[in-house]
Order: sequence, then structure tokens, then C-alpha cells
Amino acid sequence: MFVTPAFAQAQETEEMQSGNGAADGSAEMHTETGVADHGGGHEASFPPFDSATFPSQLLWLAITFGLFYMFMNKVVVPRIGGILEHRRDRIAQDLDEANRLKEEADAAIAAYEQDLATARNKAAEIGQEARDKAKAAAEAERAKVEAELSERMAEAEKSIADIKAKALGEVDAIATETATDLVKHLLGGTVTKAEVDAAVRDAAAK
Amino acid sequence: MATDKVDPIHQFHLNDLIHVDIGGLDLSFTNSSLFMVIVAVVTAGFLYLTTANRGLVPTRLQSISEMSYEFVASMLRDGAGSQGMRFFPFVFSLFMFILVANLIGMVPYFFTVPSHIIVTFAFSMLVIGTVIVYGFWKHGLHFLNLFVPSGVPGALMPLVVAIEVISFLSRPISLSVRLFANMLAGHITLKVFAGFVVSLGSMGALGIGGAILPLAMTVALTGLEFLVAFLQAYVFAVLTCMYLNDALHPGH
Repeated sequence: MFVTPAFAQAQETEEMQSGNGAADGSAEMHTETGVADHGGGHEASFPPFDSATFPSQLLWLAITFGLFYMFMNKVVVPRIGGILEHRRDRIAQDLDEANRLKEEADAAIAAYEQDLATARNKAAEIGQEARDKAKAAAEAERAKVEAELSERMAEAEKSIADIKAKALGEVDAIATETATDLVKHLLGGTVTKAEVDAAVRDAAAK
Repeated sequence: MATDKVDPIHQFHLNDLIHVDIGGLDLSFTNSSLFMVIVAVVTAGFLYLTTANRGLVPTRLQSISEMSYEFVASMLRDGAGSQGMRFFPFVFSLFMFILVANLIGMVPYFFTVPSHIIVTFAFSMLVIGTVIVYGFWKHGLHFLNLFVPSGVPGALMPLVVAIEVISFLSRPISLSVRLFANMLAGHITLKVFAGFVVSLGSMGALGIGGAILPLAMTVALTGLEFLVAFLQAYVFAVLTCMYLNDALHPGH
């Protein structure tokens, strides 16, 4: 009379907590336990198979694991998930920042290189200019010197020609004089200056 | 009491700490219940307190919490795909509860909660119940495709379906018995070898010399049991992920 409702209740709890499929087995076990309980208590059977302890274990497991699950679900899992998420975001953000800084540095390097190239070009230009100027100056100097030299040369040539002409001019006079002297000396007569001149001119023409 | 000390089964006895009897149903708060509470409080407290700072750079203890989170998350993602992540709190709670219960059970005089088959059976029924309920809720009758693998010749189909159904029905049993039997057998073995040390030690000088062997064995087994404690929690969680994968993708 006393046992039957307890069994019914136990069986209900079993079915509720452990779901379908277990109903048959647990019902059988309960029958055994009933016998064992009446026969001499817990000590007789192997503790893990002592079904008298099942309702208590199931109840306390349901309470503790249920609360544990709820705590995990509501507090711990979102919190650890949040920490990991936050860290991932932060790392991604830092990486982005690092990329941005790297791009900036690259741009700075490119600008620097460009400046350097411009400066180099300018330096080359200035150098070229200076070289050209120096060359031009040297060229001008050379031309000037050359002109002076050629002028002097022309002057010299002119003076040589003058001297030559002068000399050649004096040759006639010397010849006339010499011829007059010769004639006077050899023939003892005198010749007129005009005659001697004509004779010298003839001789020179021959 | 003296025989209790060497009786390897004694450690599994449930003792009422607070006797509760409702309508003839024994719902007492036992040593098992006490350790369930301890497991839940220790695990939840550890996870809660170590992550309280929400440090960007984790402390060592915070790393432990984060590593267990990521360990279970990658396990679930590998086993059941990214859709399986909706079950993450469930699988995480299961893994952490079983792991800590196993590890706490390694402390001498402490009770091992998963060494009772009703506890592991309740866990496995919770898993299979979730699989069945979610499977039918998500896929309706298509969930039954789980039992009909594609690409099987028509003649073999009844046989294959029968095998699939049997394998599905045996899952909760294998899942619960594996964890229960490992924890039970490990603790019995430990206790038996430790008992040898005590009984040989009481036999005088020669006995003390002879007790070295079982003592070494006990030390080695303790190490092994720590491995088993972790491994069984891991296996339970991995299989949970695989079964949840069936609920998410029943079409093989």
C-alpha cells in the first residue's frame, strides 16, 4: 500500500528527467530495489546499481547541473566570448593601425626618394651649366688669343713683305749704281743715269 | 570500520547528509549531491573569478579559462560545423562539469560523481534527448533520413536501416557506460593496489619491503587516472559534438 505510489512517482520522475527509452529499464530496476530495500538496506547491493539512490542523484544532478548550465549560458560563456572577441578586434585594429603607419612610412620614403632624385638632377644640371660656362669661357679665351696671334702674324708677314719690297726696291738702285761704277771704271767714260737705268731694266727683265 | 577502509567498493557508497523523504521517495542530500554542488561551485567560481578582470592580456588563470573555452569551441566547430556553435554553452557545461567532477574525484576521500551510472546515464540521455528534440524540431520527419544512408542498394536497405537504428539506440548506453566504467574501474583498481600496501605493510619488515611494488603501482595508476579523467571528459564531449552533428545534418 505504501510502496506503490512511491514507485509510481519514482517512475514518473525517471521518465521526466531521463527522457524516453529508459522507462522500461528503470521500472525493472525499481522493482529490484524495492526488494533490496525491504530485504536489508543499501549495504547488500553494489552502490552504483542501487536504484534506491537514483531519485536523489537525479534530483541533485538536475539542480546542480541545471544551475551550472544556466550560469555558464548567461554569464561565463558570453563573458569569455566577449573577452576573446574584444582581443580579436583589438588585434585586427592594431594590425590595421600598423598597416596604416607602414603606408605612411612608405609614402614618406617615396617623397624622400623623389626629393633626392630632384636634388640630384638639379645638382647635375648646375654642374653641367658650370661646365658649359667654363667651356664657353675657355673657348672665347682661345678664340681671342688665336685672333691676336693671327693678327700679329699678319702684322709680321706685312712687315716681312715691306722689308722684302723695300729690299727689292733698293736692288735696282744698287744695280744702277754698281753698273755706273763698272762702266766708269772699265770704259772710263760716263753714261747717263737714264741709259744705265734702261740697261738694268733690260737685264732684270731677261 | 576496519574492513570498510580496505573495501574497494566502500568509496562508492552514498551517505545521507541531510535526509529528505518526499512521499516515500528518498531525495536525500548525500555525499554525491555535496560533490555535485562542489563541482558546480568550484568550476563556475573559477571561470567567473579568473575572467573578472576581462584582461586584454590574460593572466595565467584567465588563460586557463580561455583555453578551455577555445578547446571546446574548436572541438564543437570541428565536430558539428559552425551551426553547432548554438550548442556551445551546453557542450561547454557538460565538458567542464564532467572534467572537474573526474578531477575532484582523484583527491583522496573525495567522492567521484561520474562513478555512478545513473549520473552518466542522465548526461547521455540529456545529449541524446537534445539530439532527438532538436533534430525533429529543425528537420521534422527528414530527421529520420539519419537512418537511411544515401547510395545504399535497395536490397540492403532494410538491413542497413536496422543497423543504423540499433547503433543510434545503443549510443546513450555506450556513452554512459564508457564514462561510468572508466571512473569506477580506475578507482577500484587504485583502491585495490593501495589496499595491498596497507595489508602488506601490517605484516612486518618483509611485508613493508614487498609493499613497495603495489605502492609504485598506485603512483603509476594515479598518473594514469588523471589522464583517464581528462580523456573521458574529452571523449564524452567529442561524441556529444558528433551526435549533435547528426541533429544538425541528418542527411549523412
